[in-house]
Amino acid sequence: MVGLEERFRGEVESMIEPAGAADVLATALRRGGDFAELFVEDKRTTGASLDDGKIDQVASGRDRGAGVRVVVGDTAGYAHTADLTPPGLRAAAEAASAAARDGGGGTRTIDLTPTTHPSPSTTTKIPEDIPKARKIELLRAADAAARGAGDAVKQVMAGYSDGRRRILVANSDGVYTSDDQIRTAFRVQAVATGDTGMQTGYRSVGHTIGFELFDDHDVADVARQAAESAIGKLDARPAPSGTMPVVIAKGTGGVMFHEACGHGLEADAIAKGASVFAGRVGQQVAGKAITLVDDGTMAGEWGAFAIDDEGHPAGRNTLIEDGVLTDYMWDYLRARKEDRPYSGNGRRQSYQHLPMVRMTNTYVLAGTEDPDEIVAQTPSGVYIRQLGGGQVDTATGDFVFGMTEAYLIEDGRITDPIREGNLIGNGPRCLANIDALGNDFGMGMPGMCGKNGQGVPVGDGNPTLRVSELTVGGTAA
Amino acid sequence: MAELTDIVERIVGWAGDDEQVEAYASWGRDTDIEVYERDIESLSSAETQGVGIRVVKDGRQGFAYAASFDTDVLEETFAEARDNATFTEPDEWNGLTEPDGVAEATIEVWDGRLADVATADKVDLALRLERLVAEGDARIRAIESAAYGDAIVERALATTTGIRSALRRTVCSIAAYALAGEPDDTQTGFGFSVGRHVDDLDLDRAAADTVDRATRMLGATKPESLRTTVVLDPFVTSQFLSIIGSTLNGESVLKGRSLFADRLGESVAAVGVTLVDDPTDVRTYGASPTDGEGLASRRNALIDAGVLQQYVYDTYSGRRSGAGSNACAVRGGFKGSPGPGCRALVLEPGPMSPDELLASVSDGVLIQSVKGMHSGVNPISGDFSTGADGLRITDGALGEPLREFTIGSTIQKMLQGVIAVGNDLEFLPFSAAGQSLAISDVTISGT
Repeated sequence: MVGLEERFRGEVESMIEPAGAADVLATALRRGGDFAELFVEDKRTTGASLDDGKIDQVASGRDRGAGVRVVVGDTAGYAHTADLTPPGLRAAAEAASAAARDGGGGTRTIDLTPTTHPSPSTTTKIPEDIPKARKIELLRAADAAARGAGDAVKQVMAGYSDGRRRILVANSDGVYTSDDQIRTAFRVQAVATGDTGMQTGYRSVGHTIGFELFDDHDVADVARQAAESAIGKLDARPAPSGTMPVVIAKGTGGVMFHEACGHGLEADAIAKGASVFAGRVGQQVAGKAITLVDDGTMAGEWGAFAIDDEGHPAGRNTLIEDGVLTDYMWDYLRARKEDRPYSGNGRRQSYQHLPMVRMTNTYVLAGTEDPDEIVAQTPSGVYIRQLGGGQVDTATGDFVFGMTEAYLIEDGRITDPIREGNLIGNGPRCLANIDALGNDFGMGMPGMCGKNGQGVPVGDGNPTLRVSELTVGGTAA
Repeated sequence: MAELTDIVERIVGWAGDDEQVEAYASWGRDTDIEVYERDIESLSSAETQGVGIRVVKDGRQGFAYAASFDTDVLEETFAEARDNATFTEPDEWNGLTEPDGVAEATIEVWDGRLADVATADKVDLALRLERLVAEGDARIRAIESAAYGDAIVERALATTTGIRSALRRTVCSIAAYALAGEPDDTQTGFGFSVGRHVDDLDLDRAAADTVDRATRMLGATKPESLRTTVVLDPFVTSQFLSIIGSTLNGESVLKGRSLFADRLGESVAAVGVTLVDDPTDVRTYGASPTDGEGLASRRNALIDAGVLQQYVYDTYSGRRSGAGSNACAVRGGFKGSPGPGCRALVLEPGPMSPDELLASVSDGVLIQSVKGMHSGVNPISGDFSTGADGLRITDGALGEPLREFTIGSTIQKMLQGVIAVGNDLEFLPFSAAGQSLAISDVTISGT
């Protein structure tokens, strides 16, 4: 296992040796500048899908390139290239330097110290070493299991994907470090058809590990859950419309925190006054039971890594502790400006993108209440077993998130399934309105968070919880 | 472009006996500039290139891509695509498209002068936009971003079945996102302008939209829940039409995932709804002489006076359905194999101006923006629910601002509920244009 890790790190570092990296950084700063950074990425992906009973797609991809960033004052210049030869990298460095303004000039000597940060994930089953035929068997097993869940299941789509992303970061602060990120995921969508039309069910699993994913997760179970969700929704009633208590199951509500406050705690939004949480550090923003953490070190989770895309080690950062806002999340630029430590939240989609403040694995710690009691003590409302995506306007705090599998709560009992829809709320009010927190906990399905056109993998987690008032966007009076 | 054409010819030449090969290569140069507080915040300029290769043999299809034109990488990618094909299952409808004799329309979506615009002038556009927004209204508190972006794209496609296609395209845009009001009553607004060349960009309009959208929402409150008529802003209509387009995907129809399967010839929408997908309309941002598989683009009427006319097909789904491809293959760059989709949806404009349309509605809610189209709309079941903000319409005039509510219905009901289509057609950088659109009997969920 140790051998493997060394092998990979050796490969990525051999792409650009420290001396070569120092040369690129020096070129980038030749016309002046406060900071220069070289980001190198080599990514291979494999995907396979089954649809309509057939393996219809097997695809592979290769992305390899480097980006050079030069920072002068508050201005960042960026250029990227797919040409990793010394002349190609120098050309990118020149372009990035020209993009930033001239700032004096001169020669800088850059001393790079190779550093290794421990990876939170250990992978022994490298997906590239697994025969494609083995990956395809998983798809067939999922198809059979989903169709076996009931005659109403008329269509199944299943997808397998793995990706291995090796990155290297070197910068004029002396950072020279690398990471090897292996992610594997599996997803199933089932379509059930009945008298009321069609309904869909969706489940996915994904971790920052290799083919071990399938030691812990049986794809047939994933498929059956997707199918049962679709079948159950055939009897769904229209979702209610209006403001009511909402109970969210463990391992599915993390996306609510991601939208309700996660994005609003990113330092770039804070710096621009574009967050309802600006200036609120030290204040009580939620009930005393609420502790919110963003944790890139969480072993194997979808948003985990050894280093962020600016070369800083992943961190476990407490954002809200006992209801008090304790900190924001930071990238290089914002941390430098505030003269504070990096939090390991500088991420980017690829070498073609500038890094930004991004979440990793964001979760709320468990509370003390019995999850069943939380439902029992809710006379009427909505119980959400599966959430979809969400979206937020950090400046107003208004956010939405979808419910893809939900039920009515009547007289303290979970009753009929309801149709899909969005819920809408306001971040600070929603946090303040969480009035019950279960003693259970689960991480949710793997997510892809989009911000300013860049997608990065993120995880989330939560215990069972209740929000006393949220607006459910259904159609029933 | 000559280089791209050479690359795809070379790859196609590697095809073995009884093997079909498709090579797609693209090259692009992008510039992205963001300014903040009268200074450049970031300036990124870069070239992107890559190739996507499809191999079909014995009815099996494989795909691979690489973001490089190095010969060793191209060879590896070709070998991967070929290897991948051996793991898929034979499908009698697989196979690359063949020329169908339809002539390519002459569509110019390229303005070569864009390449000559100095970076400093692009920066200046973003700075001017920021200033115009800042000066537009005293209640504008901050401009979170003012940006300029452009792209010059070239692509080439070749197949062993005789397809040859090449395209070059330019596009540029400016956009602003501003905050209005005090920190405890902040509202946000955006505006943008798009063109093929910087001369097409309308800074005043983008700034005015940004200022208007942000300031008119100040003091917004959460409405009571009610059932009423909504009027979608053109930008929102565009997003709505994109979803309608996805429900008419021919492959989804064949695979039992479309709520409009088996509805050809039936009324699926109000009589006022005529929806075409027309990538030969040069005003649309999806315009191009050929589709993603190299067939000549054509005007496809999808819904005519409310009656469903046809679905959109690529080669695979067209062949399987028996209808044949109607040149609606789309591809998301070199990293994906093509599939059916709409590129240039246009809803036929009605006679009313936006003001006349509001007057005709009398009472309802104008929807200025929506969020969560991806999380609360299910194009298979038809369930429709999105977060929204907007303005109350009372006696045909715009009134108080409203926020933090949802609009809910089903896609089927909304199409039947279209009561007026505005004449204010706007071409937007998405797969659909948009105009003001009034839809009756929609549920507003608020307090």
